Amino acid sequence: MEKDDLMLEQLANREYEFGFVTAIDMDISEIGLNEDTVKFISAKKNEPQWLLDWRMKGFKAFQKQEMPQWQNFKMPEIDFQSISYYAAPKQQAKYASLDEVDPELLRTFEKLGIPMSEQKQLAGVAVDVVFDSVSVTTTYKKHLNELGIIFCSISDAVKDHPELIQKYLGSVVPHTDNVFASLNTAVFSDGSFVYIPKGVRCPMELSTYFRINAENTGQFERTLIIADEDSYVSYLEGCTAPMRDENQLHAAVVELIAMKGAEIKYSTVQNWYPGDKEGKGGIFNFVTKRGACRGERAKISWTQVETGSAITWKYPSILLQGDYSSGEFYSVAVTNNMQIADTGTKIYHLGAHTKSRIISKGISAGQGQNSYRGLVQMGAKAAYARNFTQCDSLLIGDRCGAHTFPYIESKNNTATIEHEATTSKIGEDQVFYLNQRGIDAEQAIALIVNGYAKDVLNQLPMEFAVEAQKLLSLTLEGSVG
Amino acid sequence: MLSIKNLHANIEGKEILKGINLEVKAGEVHAIMGPNGSGKSSLASVLAGRENYEITEGEVWLDGKNLLDMKPEVRAREGVFLAFQYPVEIPGVSNINFLRTALSEIRTHRELPQLSAKEFLKMTKEKQALVEFEAKLANRSLNQGFSGGEKKRNEVFQLAMLEPKLSILDETDSGLDIDALRIVSNGINKLRSADNAFVLITHYQRLLEYIVPDFVHVLYNGQIVRSGTKELALELEEKGYDWLKEEFHGNESINKI
Repeated sequence: MEKDDLMLEQLANREYEFGFVTAIDMDISEIGLNEDTVKFISAKKNEPQWLLDWRMKGFKAFQKQEMPQWQNFKMPEIDFQSISYYAAPKQQAKYASLDEVDPELLRTFEKLGIPMSEQKQLAGVAVDVVFDSVSVTTTYKKHLNELGIIFCSISDAVKDHPELIQKYLGSVVPHTDNVFASLNTAVFSDGSFVYIPKGVRCPMELSTYFRINAENTGQFERTLIIADEDSYVSYLEGCTAPMRDENQLHAAVVELIAMKGAEIKYSTVQNWYPGDKEGKGGIFNFVTKRGACRGERAKISWTQVETGSAITWKYPSILLQGDYSSGEFYSVAVTNNMQIADTGTKIYHLGAHTKSRIISKGISAGQGQNSYRGLVQMGAKAAYARNFTQCDSLLIGDRCGAHTFPYIESKNNTATIEHEATTSKIGEDQVFYLNQRGIDAEQAIALIVNGYAKDVLNQLPMEFAVEAQKLLSLTLEGSVG
Repeated sequence: MLSIKNLHANIEGKEILKGINLEVKAGEVHAIMGPNGSGKSSLASVLAGRENYEITEGEVWLDGKNLLDMKPEVRAREGVFLAFQYPVEIPGVSNINFLRTALSEIRTHRELPQLSAKEFLKMTKEKQALVEFEAKLANRSLNQGFSGGEKKRNEVFQLAMLEPKLSILDETDSGLDIDALRIVSNGINKLRSADNAFVLITHYQRLLEYIVPDFVHVLYNGQIVRSGTKELALELEEKGYDWLKEEFHGNESINKI
């Protein structure tokens, strides 16, 4: 009995697993944000003038913009002058082989479980790692090169493929889009770039791992994925950060472009530090993600498992421009303790016969607040377009909240829109039933929640699905009893 | 195996068990009968450890261990199984996956080696056959969309898989048609052994035609007012429960069966 209690208590108090800090020499820019900060970052990266000009446009737009006020929580005061906008491990940032990487950094990656070792490369995941601001290594590059696939840091892409970057960067999320996107345009430090040539099916999952390490720094990465005609790529993104009492800002931008007949599958397992039980610290995750199905029959699907961050503000969107193009959004968002999530999707049906499917599963525990916010828009030319939305909320305990804000706009009367929503509570009866079969309360909740989120977890690539299941259980530990 | 001594329990401040005494030995089958509201299901819930009951007096021992000190999951791992009157549905959790988790917890607790996937599947097939449970039901989400009868049969399938010492069946016969009743009873009869024991909570004598009990107890107004052998069940069938009212001056309203 006592032993059992102790175990439950330990489980309940288990802390954020990735909260360590790596002791490594860092090159960190001065705190604060002005034109010189933008120039400093651009100079650090030896960027061409056109990119600096674009950054400056972003900075000007940022200065003019207001913080959004429509979300279902009070926007915290963010002091943009107290953040450092650039931090990089001090050694040479790019490594020819893993042997040259600071062993301390490698140990960090090991702790994070990033598949960088030879052995794990066999598992077939190519990884780009963004540590604070710079991309540390991209594995598997050579093999991908042979297929004409470009997978590199965005900084390298600026140098090696300027024509693609100039053409597509900011073409889906303009520098004026919102305050966080503008900020990202001004100060983005690195991120990943992917180009899949015509007719090529990328033979492995591409993956980027984001890690905030340094104190008082923000992370502003930028990801751009272009799938040329009839190509296919599946891309995974993971993220963690140390535990700190201060809030840290993460304002990323992701742009996806799918040409005629191409398919992009983008999966995220977001596990930024959520803050402590009283809501102290944690990452402010203000992210702009958008994909454009530019050609006929193009397809984009977003899958996200959001378990971390103090605040998540994120609406991965899809522009269905090509006729017969389709978009999918699968989401599991968990809020425990004092976490807040305001997340969902926007799908713009512009072309005829376009299709979309939205499956959103919110889980609230502790005093967490979880909002689904979605927009489905049928344009005037979206003849026979179809949308199906299913939006479920699960409550654990009686101090949390679930909210749903679905917006539907249709300018075409041949379009079909379906919306289903449910709210349920984990019943004591369900937990007791599982207890009576020898399963303790923590594990019972984990089973029930994983069952509830199954439709979304099934969309994740295998290794990620397993990780996501574990993460869901970990995030909800201590939410009962 | 099970020893209940002067057990008193309240729910929401109201005394519902008023001094239960019961001894169950390995190899025995006990039937507990009684009218609605007599405390039959409460007794099952208290033994399984449902939280909303407050134990005010008495002791319960399972093979020399104090059952009332254990959390519900520990009781289960020690070998107490409750076949629920109303099994819950858990969407998205496959029956098999759930059983694998449960069995793994129980085996860990009993310091038995874990079964390999192959051994587990073999066991699943054997037990399915033993209690006539369809494979397609075993692979579905736990009780989701099951008929009343299928849910009850799933309880018996779980019982077969988890191999408890003491099984308490709370009105497992209610809502079953005659074929399902026969299947459920056959399953239980096959699971009876010299090492385990069953407590059947039932309203009707009908179940006892299929599963013959060693002892029958009549629970009335929170107490066992009469105990006997299977003939007592027949007597109840004949006389109903009204005579209890006269004999014991209970305050509860009594429904005729």
